[in-house]
Amino acid sequence: MNAIQKTKNAANAFAKNWANFVIKYKWPVLLLTILLALGLGSQGKMEFDGDYHVFFSESNPELEAFDALQEKYTKDDNIIVVLAPKNGDVFTRKNLTAIEELTAEAWNTPYSSRVDAVTNFQHTSAQGDDLYVDDLSYDSANKTDDEIKEIREKALKEPLLVHRIINTEGSVTAINITVRLPGENSAAEIPEVTIATREMIAKFQEKHPEFDVYTTGLVPLNTAFFESSQKDLMLTMAMLLIVLIVTLVLTRNFFATLATLVVVIFSIISAVGFVGLNGIKLTPPSAVFPTMILTLAVADSIHILITYLQKVRKDGLDKKAALVESMRLNFMPVFITSLTTVIGFLTLNYGDVPPFWDLGNIVAFGMSMAFLFSTTTLPALMAIFPIWKSKKAQKESAPKPGMYTKLGEFVIRQPVKLTVISLAIIGMLTYLASKNVFNDEFVEYFDTTVQFRQDSDFINENLTGFYNVEFSIGSGESGGINNPEYLQKLNAFEDWLEEQPEVVHVNAFSEVARRVNRSMHGDDQSFYKVPQNREEAAQYLLLYELSLPFGLDLNNQINVDKSESRVTVTLKNNSSAEMIAFSERSEQWLKDNAPASMHSLGVSPTLMFSKLGFRQAESMFKGNIIALILISLVLMIALRNVKLGFLSIIPNVTPVLVGFGLWFLLKGTINTGMVIVFGMTLGIIVDDTVHFMSKFLRARRELGYDAKDAIIYAFETVGKALVTTTAVLLAGFIVLSTSSFALNSYMARITVIIILAALIIDFILLPSLLILVSKKEEETVNAPEMQMQLDK
Amino acid sequence: MLAAAFVGTAVYAQSAEEKGLQIAKAAEKADEGFGSSIVELKMTLKNKNGQTSERFLTTRTLELTEDGDKSLIVFESPKDVKGTATLTYTHKVGADDQWLYLPSIKRVKRISSNNKSGPFVGSEFAYEDLSSQEVEKYAYKFLKEEGDLLVVEQDPVDPKSGYTRRVVTYNKGKGYRLEKIEFYDRKNALLKTLTYNDYKLYKNKFWRALTFNMVNHQSNKETLLKFSDYNFGAELAEEDFTEVALKRAGS
Repeated sequence: MNAIQKTKNAANAFAKNWANFVIKYKWPVLLLTILLALGLGSQGKMEFDGDYHVFFSESNPELEAFDALQEKYTKDDNIIVVLAPKNGDVFTRKNLTAIEELTAEAWNTPYSSRVDAVTNFQHTSAQGDDLYVDDLSYDSANKTDDEIKEIREKALKEPLLVHRIINTEGSVTAINITVRLPGENSAAEIPEVTIATREMIAKFQEKHPEFDVYTTGLVPLNTAFFESSQKDLMLTMAMLLIVLIVTLVLTRNFFATLATLVVVIFSIISAVGFVGLNGIKLTPPSAVFPTMILTLAVADSIHILITYLQKVRKDGLDKKAALVESMRLNFMPVFITSLTTVIGFLTLNYGDVPPFWDLGNIVAFGMSMAFLFSTTTLPALMAIFPIWKSKKAQKESAPKPGMYTKLGEFVIRQPVKLTVISLAIIGMLTYLASKNVFNDEFVEYFDTTVQFRQDSDFINENLTGFYNVEFSIGSGESGGINNPEYLQKLNAFEDWLEEQPEVVHVNAFSEVARRVNRSMHGDDQSFYKVPQNREEAAQYLLLYELSLPFGLDLNNQINVDKSESRVTVTLKNNSSAEMIAFSERSEQWLKDNAPASMHSLGVSPTLMFSKLGFRQAESMFKGNIIALILISLVLMIALRNVKLGFLSIIPNVTPVLVGFGLWFLLKGTINTGMVIVFGMTLGIIVDDTVHFMSKFLRARRELGYDAKDAIIYAFETVGKALVTTTAVLLAGFIVLSTSSFALNSYMARITVIIILAALIIDFILLPSLLILVSKKEEETVNAPEMQMQLDK
Repeated sequence: MLAAAFVGTAVYAQSAEEKGLQIAKAAEKADEGFGSSIVELKMTLKNKNGQTSERFLTTRTLELTEDGDKSLIVFESPKDVKGTATLTYTHKVGADDQWLYLPSIKRVKRISSNNKSGPFVGSEFAYEDLSSQEVEKYAYKFLKEEGDLLVVEQDPVDPKSGYTRRVVTYNKGKGYRLEKIEFYDRKNALLKTLTYNDYKLYKNKFWRALTFNMVNHQSNKETLLKFSDYNFGAELAEEDFTEVALKRAGS
């Protein structure tokens, strides 16, 4: 008891001394913190990286498998430019000429290695022993009507084109530009490609207004990531304004708001310095760090300011005494909140998605700085600023205290009933929470206000799919792709894939083998099948390869050793679970029907994203448990009470369960961005619990109140502060929830629900539990006391 | 010295285009009269990770002065294309003629394609890089001179070429032999570099590099050609470069 009293006194003394020191040396403290913030800020550098690869750690097995496939064939990203002529017919002289023009222009795209269009499709035909391989439509401007009709017929019969480059009606066509990014600096390479293609398309549209143009592909996807990072960063500005207004309304004090602004800006500047010093490239998830720091730093300041203003307005303390008292009362809770928030954010490092590591580290650093600034800059500033004692405010606050007191009284009247009802609701929502399913469809990361999403949707509906799965099918021997057995199995796999309901298009080497075989037999359709003899197949392939032009070779489809070939399956938009199921079904087909050398794992960016949520959830689970244990330990030590430390787990965990339960009712699908909310909101939730419990304990220990009175005391002292911080945080996350980028907007939306749930739980369930727990304690404590009295 | 150089340029007032063409012609002239040759070569394809794949070929070439050279290439390996042979008549103007003999069906197929820009059997060489270097196929521009080395830009005349330009280094002191070619793709970015090594002088006049090394800077793939000794003594004639000869060569 004595030792505890000592440490408590020590902590109190430390906070007091700290406050006195800061107030005494307010100018030097202010100057030093300004220098610190500006010093860190001067190292700041905001670079963006939109490459979708940033979402995958180097050890990610899906990424490894995908990279291995790209190494075998060609590593390529693409831009799909889709042209929809307004007359509804691609095959007119004018339209074909325009497409030919744009195709030629597309070769000038930086890093381009291949351009596929309907016009430059390498059409093979035979006349006796003469083999013709040529562009499907070359010099279209000089074609006769009959020739154009023939081109149309050929194109719409060509399995390699239909559903990939042209739709079945011949009304929409694509130009697929393959680029080979060096990958040395994706932050520079991707914008370079994007700017060039946008310019090309703008020029084309000016010259050919008779076309509607849409763009999709991996490069535009990267660009959309890139641009949404920047846009979300702009949201911070709007948010800052809203948060300040909310702060001003709730504190009704201009200088307090100004001081808050300074703390927030210093914290963000410092975090920007951290980003620069560590060379972090911002990505959509990590670019929201200012938003997070902003809201969390505001919460720190508000606790200190609200107590300060209360002490001045209500208790009539002078400026200095009020400041010292506020610091004494809030130093520990603010420190604990900061510590738990930092722990929560650092656990993001357990996840498998690098952008969230960055986010966790940046915010953890920013929060440490926010703690420093709210305990130095903030009191120093408040000591410097005059205090305007508003008479009106004083009068207003006098008849008002009823609200939180009433709420307290409501709770203490029926703790058992409230506990049962709360736990029943929480239990039901927890059950619902487990019903959420993962879905990371990267097209749907962007809402329909984003051009990329609109264009991708159009292309999905009218031409082809954006999602794909690729297989590298081995033959087990050098040159083995010409083995008839291999070709027949490959052909069977191709046929099976074509039959699957979600498949839009299949590109397999067996199709090339069939086509060339037909050409070698005078275009006889009955020879549209894979060659029966290995030498024949190999020699036909040699002949075919000799006749292909620059950039349209087969190196993207067969490996150098001719021992493996690539199968690309284009799919309709599917949910993550459906994507994974399709890939597994295909893998199983190969296992059941083909020799071991042909077994293969499906890979693709789409599939990588599909598995990202599961992977993230799995890896975050461990981190979350560790965070929870650490935070509970911190609370036990800080509250100096093991039982309440354990008890705190309930209000700390249940808001997240409630959040996901309600989310199931609202949406039902969760993405990778939402997996992190537990770690992220833990700090915020703990903030509520800590402040409430510390005030409750203070009343018990310092003022000698019983449990029920202590609850009323806690409501009266921190009720307003908790509502205020919740309001500020809500304002912040509601702004972020308007982001057009689902990884951020969903995360913000569920955070809004969780924060609100946390406040309700801390106002209803936590006090009820505290009373129930204390009742037993009081009984057990009372008994020996009576015993002692009797002994006396 | 400076004055001399000035006078020099004044005397040979010649445009860069004229000088480039002059060098190309001088190079052609220097190699004139070899008649015919037979050489075996090993082609090694190497990808970024160092995995390799090999092909063996034999090339016969017949020099013609009126029109482009004729050549006959026979594939010795991989096994499943052994005996496949191509016969090419290069033309100074217009598309080349090309036939392919397929031993599996014992037939000669004529390839009517204007495409010479694609990779040759999966290598980093395009067919147009390997075919006979006729002066008429390019427009020239002299770039610079460094000692014996003359650097000339060559722009292909064929609109279907995969290149916008090639930057070719000739060695004036060694019979205008080629030392290096840099290839620029359609967007005018450096695509490949070909370096010629292990030069050997035949008949005291004809320089032949026994190693060609082509590096693709965009895909990081490489192709190495290793030649055996050239045989200039076979005295091949027109009848060794016909469809009949093609069939015979393959089987």
